[in-house]
Amino acid sequence: MLVVEKNALSEEIESYVEKYGNDRSALLMILHEIQKKHRHISEFAQQEVARLLNIHPVEVYSVISFFAFLNTNPKGRNLVRICQTISCDMKGKKQVVEAIERELGIKIGETTKDNKFTVEYANCLGLCDMGPAMAINDQVFVNLTPEKAVELLAKVK
Amino acid sequence: MENHLTVKLGEKKDRKGPVIFSEYKRGDAIRKALSMSREDILFELKDSKLKGRGGAGFLTSTKWMLTAAAKAEKKFIICNADEGEPGTFKDRVLLMEYPELVFDGMVVGGYTIGAQLGIVYLRGEYEYLLKPLEDYLEEMRKGNLLGKNILGKEGFDFEIKIVLGSGAYVCGEETALIESLEGHRGEPRNRPPYPINTGFLGRPTSVNNVETLAAVSHIVVKGGKWFAKYGTDKSSGSKLFSVSGDCERPGVYELPWGTKVSELLELVGAKNAKAVQIGGASGHCIPKPQFEKTLAYEDIPTGGSVMIFNDNRDMLKVLKNFMEFFVDESCGQCTPCRIGNVKLLEGVEMIEKGNYTFAHINKLKDLGRTMQLASKCGLGQSSPNPFISILENFKDEIFNRGNGGRNGR
Ligand SMILES: Cc1cc2nc3c(=O)[nH]c(=O)nc-3n(C[C@H](O)[C@H](O)[C@H](O)COP(=O)(O)O)c2cc1C
Ligand code: SF4
Ligand code: FES
Repeated sequence: MLVVEKNALSEEIESYVEKYGNDRSALLMILHEIQKKHRHISEFAQQEVARLLNIHPVEVYSVISFFAFLNTNPKGRNLVRICQTISCDMKGKKQVVEAIERELGIKIGETTKDNKFTVEYANCLGLCDMGPAMAINDQVFVNLTPEKAVELLAKVK
Repeated sequence: MENHLTVKLGEKKDRKGPVIFSEYKRGDAIRKALSMSREDILFELKDSKLKGRGGAGFLTSTKWMLTAAAKAEKKFIICNADEGEPGTFKDRVLLMEYPELVFDGMVVGGYTIGAQLGIVYLRGEYEYLLKPLEDYLEEMRKGNLLGKNILGKEGFDFEIKIVLGSGAYVCGEETALIESLEGHRGEPRNRPPYPINTGFLGRPTSVNNVETLAAVSHIVVKGGKWFAKYGTDKSSGSKLFSVSGDCERPGVYELPWGTKVSELLELVGAKNAKAVQIGGASGHCIPKPQFEKTLAYEDIPTGGSVMIFNDNRDMLKVLKNFMEFFVDESCGQCTPCRIGNVKLLEGVEMIEKGNYTFAHINKLKDLGRTMQLASKCGLGQSSPNPFISILENFKDEIFNRGNGGRNGR
């Protein structure tokens, strides 16, 4: 990582600490902000968070590794999560997933070569009356058909 | 059909219900509560016999009384909006359409127990609600429904903040929730001590479900006796049910406790239902002969998830989906749950392949019963429920399937 990049990231993390506080109970929201912006929490970011909250970097790593939505390795620019739980399953989640896999040329769990999409399964998204449901980043989409799902992905930048 | 779920906070769908969905105006409960003594609010709650809607069914009046009685400089009230139980979405609907009920309930709670800060623990999957909810809180601040000397009540300062979860079902468990709020892994604590005296940052903390807080707002305005008119003697008031699966009209329904399963099925247009999973993945699977049972703490207690399966569904597949969920979501802290769920899932896969013995399946059921007793938290204590109830209630279907497919097909 370049020094300028490091500096920018440090400044960014400092701004989160300013917003959420410098005690440990701010950790979850700080990690959330970093994850949202960079789609992962790099080793350097972990060290910076640890330094600013005055805890050991291992503690930061340990929290990241606990949560499904936090990760240390970069993912694609857009994260697609398809609900795999039973109500969505019964409404045709499998067909939706297969259509997406065909269209993007990857399997679920993988990232496209151009780094545009990572596609994953998620557990129940709380949209069970409108399944199949999926999330693209922080937005959610419901009542999907294979065709609709692919159409929605095509609109993503 | 619109595919993108857009949020217009506070905009209500046409919903009908005796309690939660009845008339209410923002601030009503706060205004009323601030004109009452803390004891009087606790009495109304006691009269209402309201039990927690998050699943465990603890009396809300008792929880608040104990937190109010705990001596501490700082106290907290937490709104548990982690809603991760498969098949549950009523808390999302409440937050989207009825935020006034939830937030007013929190302010009333803060006043009653003597807390200065309320924290909404919003599941990461509901991130799209974060900004609209924060805007809503800002409006409340402008109306002096939050902040200092709320509605002119000298000395009553109360704030609400929202913290996002990050995709862990177990963080809905109150001590895991608190651990994660404190910046640790979301692993459940040993209880006791309970959050009511040793909660967030070691301070007395009341953790309440979204729907519980919404009910409180109505109770404060309309009275505990009014609330207790609905439902049964042991289960007072009404309940929100999140209905999904094989039916014509899935969605959120408010029904009085004591409603029969068959009545609910009729209401939502569930024809040909052969099974209903009540209480989500960690709940129980009810077969047709039991559809005359009632939804109530004394009969079928539930947090409100109702998933309907028609004649054509393969119940072993349903069970497998649930067990995969638990293997995914076990925090791995204690052995019965960490290993047990994997074993139960393997058992389901053996049955699927036709490669099992009844001796082994019976051993797995015993393992399930051990997990119910020996697991550290509610996740491992309840994850064997679907395994035991589905294999028992649908044994003919499941064990007559033959090799490689449903009923030999
Ligand atoms: C694995 C697990 C997940 C839970 N998830 C939730 C949840 O998402 N929302 C909730 O309100 N309670 C959940 N609970 C129950 C909470 O621990 C707690 O009992 C509840 O929030 C108390 O609120 P109430 O008294 O208003 O019901 C969960 C419990 C367990 C064991
Ligand atoms: S029962 Fe499961 S989820 Fe609960 S503490 Fe043990 S391993 Fe973790
Ligand atoms: S089952 Fe898919 S959103 Fe709940």
